[in-house]
Amino acid sequence: MSSNKKNLQEELIRISGVNPRKCMRCGKCSGTCPAYDEMEYHPHQFVYMVETGDIEPLLESESLYKCLICFACVERCPRGVEPAKLVEAVRLAAIRKQGNNRLTANDIPALLDEDMPQQAIVSAFRKYTK
Amino acid sequence: MKFSYFPGCTLKNKAKILDVYARKCAEVLGAELEEIENWQCCGGVFTTAKDEVATKLSSVRILKEALRKETDLVTVCSACHNVVKQTNYAIQTDKEFAGKVNRYMAEDEYNGETKIYHYLELLRDVIGFDKVKEKVVNSLNGKKVAAYYGCLLLRPNSVMRMDDPENPSIIEDLIRAIGGEAIVYPARNECCGGYVRLESPELANKKSNNVFNSAMNAGAEVIVTACPLCKYNLEKSGCEIPVVYITELLADALGVKEDADEQ
Repeated sequence: MSSNKKNLQEELIRISGVNPRKCMRCGKCSGTCPAYDEMEYHPHQFVYMVETGDIEPLLESESLYKCLICFACVERCPRGVEPAKLVEAVRLAAIRKQGNNRLTANDIPALLDEDMPQQAIVSAFRKYTK
Repeated sequence: MKFSYFPGCTLKNKAKILDVYARKCAEVLGAELEEIENWQCCGGVFTTAKDEVATKLSSVRILKEALRKETDLVTVCSACHNVVKQTNYAIQTDKEFAGKVNRYMAEDEYNGETKIYHYLELLRDVIGFDKVKEKVVNSLNGKKVAAYYGCLLLRPNSVMRMDDPENPSIIEDLIRAIGGEAIVYPARNECCGGYVRLESPELANKKSNNVFNSAMNAGAEVIVTACPLCKYNLEKSGCEIPVVYITELLADALGVKEDADEQ
């Protein structure tokens, strides 16, 4: 693995607190994921690909923005791997790069309707924007 | 019984009734909710990354203020509860994170001392559902009510510790206490689609449809939730039965709904 890849892998493991080597590849995380059908890479693949250092495809993937942060995979993993935390770490690595915000304040007015709770906007900003 | 109370941004705006009924019912049940002064938004969702510190400080300020007033903290919104509780847990269990947080703070150190109750836990653990039952003046008369937990009240259970995350009963027990028939259905702890509604409304529709169809197939006449975003998502996705807040149902049963509506 190149040193750049190695550094990124270590950073993801450090900020997520996830140890991908605990995974026993049972697939329960992906089996329970409510966004499974919408994802190109699924929760178990995030764990495997971070473990092997194959992180570039994840950084570019739309899958980062499909995770609902519902903590189903965190709750149901029999090994306590907590895949959602790794998905979040990869998403942060993507949106922390300058110009990579997924959502800007200018995008918001077009997305609103009069019933939408503030919570939806705040949450989306927290997840899509740095 | 006096508690610090954190309503959060949505309860001051699109979900005012969740807040108004929560206060009114607490008053009837003998709990005094004192709103935290100058609070800020909790952030909506908890960022699990350990190096995210600034985004969690507004929650820390809420927790510190409750400690300063020597009171436990009560929340109502599922999302606020999840964020504040996860922040508190991170401070309790991650010394490095706690150190960084405290270096931002001007006053005393905070080490996760504040006890946090969700409004449902206040009803169950402090007031007691038997006491709630005694105060009912307008029973639900066997109305078929489906409890919708969603994600944030229950997960991750290692932190939330409210109920069994796969087979919860706290809302069903409340429904029974106020005279309703609790409808138990498979999707009650599945996700509504959450904030993804902004970007992928079709995904949110799919998830919400799964939830309300599951409840309706089980015979529900009404769905009850503690989360403004769950309510919004279910309604936007075309739920054919009413979706109401836990506090609205409770206010109705306690006979204070009209008083609260006048305020």
